[in-house]
Amino acid sequence: MNNPDVQPLTDTLHIPQPEEELPHPMEEFLRTERLPHIWCSTCGIGTVITAFITGLQKSGLEREKVAVVSGIGCSGRAAGYLRLDSFHSTHGRAIPFATGLALGNPELKLVVISGDGDIIAIGGNHFIHAARRNINLSIICINNFNYAMTGGQAGPTTPIEANASTAPYGCYEFPFNLPHLAESSGAVYVARWTSLHIRRLTNSISEALLKPGFSFIEVISPCPTLYARRNRLGTGLDLMRFYHDNAKIKHGTDTRKLDIEYQDEIIVGKFLDKDKPTFLEKRDDFLKSKLGDKFVPYMGPKA
Amino acid sequence: MIEIDEEYCKGCSICIDFCPLEVLEISDKINRKGYYPPVPTYEEKCIGCRFCELLCPEFSIMVINE
Ligand SMILES: Cc1ncc(C[n+]2csc(CCOP(=O)(O)OP(=O)(O)O)c2C)c(N)n1
Ligand code: SF4
Ligand code: SF4
Ligand code: SF4
Ligand SMILES: [Mg+2]
Repeated sequence: MNNPDVQPLTDTLHIPQPEEELPHPMEEFLRTERLPHIWCSTCGIGTVITAFITGLQKSGLEREKVAVVSGIGCSGRAAGYLRLDSFHSTHGRAIPFATGLALGNPELKLVVISGDGDIIAIGGNHFIHAARRNINLSIICINNFNYAMTGGQAGPTTPIEANASTAPYGCYEFPFNLPHLAESSGAVYVARWTSLHIRRLTNSISEALLKPGFSFIEVISPCPTLYARRNRLGTGLDLMRFYHDNAKIKHGTDTRKLDIEYQDEIIVGKFLDKDKPTFLEKRDDFLKSKLGDKFVPYMGPKA
Repeated sequence: MIEIDEEYCKGCSICIDFCPLEVLEISDKINRKGYYPPVPTYEEKCIGCRFCELLCPEFSIMVINE
């Protein structure tokens, strides 16, 4: 506190009573009893949660038809704050857990919200195979370019030159280009936004939720406490300003051209939106063609 | 109308910086956690675009459009 004259707000604060309170638009889908959340000041993850809730509201999907699965990490805490069926799985295993739910209950739309390390490093193999099979999953990958929760280690998205606790002279490994990885593995919908592109991100999320099959949205998001601090990039606000000045919207860009260089232009947009039978559609059609009437498709737990 | 839950705010200033009409300012009072929340000093300029509400990482702003 640099000004000794300031009075704590709480002494004078008029705390509204429940009956006079209007609900916050996000409240319907938040476990408000757990707020304030654990994320650091100026971290972008909370904004991505808002985008998810707004995108879900916009999609018109019923709460009962949607479930969210997260892995481990700061981003992986997402599932724990959402007031709908949600599960905080083990590190890297959000996609297999969600795949099980999607196959066991084909009526559900499964959403995986988790970090770059969780989905692409330890969970990378699950990612490519779920995409290959076109499982009915929407993946929202919060990319803060490092393993934040465990202390800012370098991972498969850390740009060359960026400093990390395991790359004190800068990272020298080639990072993955996530939209290209998703497309070449078989995804039907691929987009990238930053947490500043809140309205476009929200639109993409609602489109992805309504899209049958494997959809992938990468969200570049500030981690002020580790990534930005180690690289002297300022606060999350400074990174949001950086996105404002350096993110270029180029829909339909060939995903091979979407590499991210350290503190350079970030191409964002919707890159892919195509139709392809989902895993279950393909399985049922295929087995029906082989077995004819002997084949009885599984219709879910209620059938 | 802008409603701010000062106690949820973590003082990131994102709402203040990205409001297209510079409606918000940093308060000179701190909250229980030691952060300076925003105040809608120029509320009459607000166009109700909800950008502040959507960008706030803490769910602490609500824009009420009559
Ligand atoms: C099997 C296993 N290995 C390692 C860890 C330690 N661990 C926890 S979170 C994490 C990385 C998280 O990175 P990311 O998914 O990018 O999330 P962020 O914290 O950056 O949001 C690691 C390696 C673990 N919990 N379990
Ligand atoms: S360590 Fe980084 S990613 Fe984790 S909550 Fe803090 S700012 Fe966000
Ligand atoms: S609703 Fe829009 S104009 Fe009004 S304070 Fe928020 S960002 Fe500014
Ligand atoms: S965006 Fe939210 S947390 Fe950040 S200063 Fe504004 S009200 Fe506070
Ligand atoms: Mg990460």
